Amino acid sequence: MTQTSYVRTEMVPQKAPPASSAGVIGWMRANLFDGWMNSILTVISLVFIGWVLILAVPWIWSPTWNGTSLQDCRELIEVAGKQQGACWGVINERWPQMLFGFYPEELRIRPSLAFFLLFVALIPVLFNMISRRMNWLLLVLVLFGATFFAEASVLVTLAKIVLGITLVYLAYTVFSTNADTRAEEIAAGANRLPNPLYFSAIYLFLMPWLLWGGPIWAPIGAALGLGLGWLAYRLLAPVIGNLGAVIAAFLVPVVWWLFLNGFFISAMSAVIPVGLEPVDSRLFGGLLLSVTIGVTAIVISLPLGIVLALGRQSDLLIVKSLSVMFIEFIRGVPLITLLFVASVLLNIFMPPGTNFDIILRVIIMATLFASAYMAEVVRGGLAALPRGQYEAADALGLDYWKSQRLIIMPQALKISIPGIVSTFIGLFKDTTLVSIIGLLDPLGLSNAIRADAAWTGIVWELYGFTALLFFIFTFSMSRYSMYLERRLRTDHG
Amino acid sequence: MPAQEIEREVDHSHMHVSDTLAIEIVGMNKWYGQFHVLRDIDLTVYEGERIVICGPSGSGKSTLIRCINRLEEHQAGQIIVDGTELSSDLKNVDKVRSEVGMVFQHFNLFPHLTVLDNLTLAPIWVRKTPRKEAEDIAMQYLEKVKIPEQALKFPGQLSGGQQQRVAIARSLCMKPKIMLFDEPTSALDPEMIKEVLDTMIELAEEGMTMLVVTHEMGFAEKVANRVIFMDDGQIVEQNEPVEFFNNPQSDRTKLFLSQIL
Repeated sequence: MTQTSYVRTEMVPQKAPPASSAGVIGWMRANLFDGWMNSILTVISLVFIGWVLILAVPWIWSPTWNGTSLQDCRELIEVAGKQQGACWGVINERWPQMLFGFYPEELRIRPSLAFFLLFVALIPVLFNMISRRMNWLLLVLVLFGATFFAEASVLVTLAKIVLGITLVYLAYTVFSTNADTRAEEIAAGANRLPNPLYFSAIYLFLMPWLLWGGPIWAPIGAALGLGLGWLAYRLLAPVIGNLGAVIAAFLVPVVWWLFLNGFFISAMSAVIPVGLEPVDSRLFGGLLLSVTIGVTAIVISLPLGIVLALGRQSDLLIVKSLSVMFIEFIRGVPLITLLFVASVLLNIFMPPGTNFDIILRVIIMATLFASAYMAEVVRGGLAALPRGQYEAADALGLDYWKSQRLIIMPQALKISIPGIVSTFIGLFKDTTLVSIIGLLDPLGLSNAIRADAAWTGIVWELYGFTALLFFIFTFSMSRYSMYLERRLRTDHG
Repeated sequence: MPAQEIEREVDHSHMHVSDTLAIEIVGMNKWYGQFHVLRDIDLTVYEGERIVICGPSGSGKSTLIRCINRLEEHQAGQIIVDGTELSSDLKNVDKVRSEVGMVFQHFNLFPHLTVLDNLTLAPIWVRKTPRKEAEDIAMQYLEKVKIPEQALKFPGQLSGGQQQRVAIARSLCMKPKIMLFDEPTSALDPEMIKEVLDTMIELAEEGMTMLVVTHEMGFAEKVANRVIFMDDGQIVEQNEPVEFFNNPQSDRTKLFLSQIL
């Protein structure tokens, strides 16, 4: 007879798990040798990995760093008593070209500076764990470092002194501030450094100027256009209403950039001629070209994609149809076709004599291409949000834009992070397609280098180097997206 | 009764029905496509009333209260909330919404914000209250719903009952004149229904105008001053709770009550 009545008199205390399920052995048993089938698969995988390493490592480990030609490399390998090996001399000799293309050698400090400043500008956007003083310290550190590579002049020496003193001061504030009590000090109204996002905004205008050079009034004029748009919105919004003011805020900068900015630049340059030596787009190449196109397109395609996704969800028929047509057309056409349009067709439609920069054209096409994909990724995130979130936002009296900005987009974008980052990575890799229209990205350059008699026949080393460069970027992006997903998790813990 | 008994004594001393109009619905009709969900609804609500709306599922009771803050659009008739008529004019809609609080069956808290941020969001962005002040008000309401210690957690870390109480506090932070409850306890475990009902009773005791769609007949009996029974998109019967439960007039109401009581 079974007993149906039972009363527990003592509660069971917590105990440690058995040794076989914890520690290294427990982990291996659970993940590698969990039954016969898995054990066999583990062994086969280990053998395969070992086999690949046995083949690859001796090839990579080759004493040819100082080889001056493929022939020379072969001799070096023979001297070392090996059958075969990589010829790393080509990388040793040509790596500056792989990074910068034909960018003038004495000016390469500028793209390098732009590259390092890119990280300084990205940090406050991407991470929230770094303090303001740390961020400004990094900025000054990069600028200070750059002065050592600049041509010596009175101005550079002066900058060195000023930056050096600032650096010491910032380093002092970093070490003298107690991170634990800082939050309270801020709440009590302690003096803070300005938000580093200001520099990130400035960087948007600084980067093209550093890369292409020209008078300093060009980036200032471009920024001024945005400032005028903002001013137009603030002045007109009370007079002609919100919608009219938004339209004006779009039109004013466009009119400024198209018609007035040129006069502004030439007039100001005549008065105060300050600027950097201009560099032609034809000289851009290598990783510099890929990063320029990739980063610009990535930065612009996300907001554009969001706008398109919202447009596609809109109740307004015309906005909706335009968005759908744009997205479906761009997604339906291969990127190479768009690039050919950029390199060949656009020139035919342009009035004769206009010089529309080829890199700019490519950036526009790559951006449009990515933004169409981005729009669909974001739309997926929007579709995954429960209806109740929209209703709760409405019921609280938030208007459309506020509820999008505060409630809907933060959640939709969080859901879409894997898709967004995939699109970014895809876009960055697609920048190599520009070699087809004659721009010298790392792949285009590797063909050019192989045309040199000394390096004819070199394939793996150049492609391997290019792959490594791209892998560093794409892998960082993928790790960052995983970090971001973890950071934004709010369900438990 | 199938649902929660209200064990505590309800203090009626502050519950006054004034003769100021809060909501006036005249000849309102609504269709979903061809389907006629709400038919000739006439309803007048005075300030301080506690109205419970009940009825079988699909009778249009949720749709009715969702029309009051225009989460649903009505196609004919008039809805006037606190002197503002609801129409396609978005300004009026936003005005009504900021004065009418709503609590949903599935809480609809914002999962990406902390409890405190959930509460301060609308006061800061709609009412333009300074953050510090909004946070003080939010903490007051969290104390009122008895979970001030959860202020910095995320909604996903709270129990269902706690989430619903946060949702009530979130609506109250906007200092609404009218509160709408759309089946606030239907998604909760029995143990948690009580804590939410207690919060709602306290609110009623302070004299809030409330429209509650619910199956909690205990709440209707003890707290409401009027019970409305809906079926097929129409108001079939309305009466004071004692009369409504003890002496229902229409056959449809009798059938409904015999099934749920």
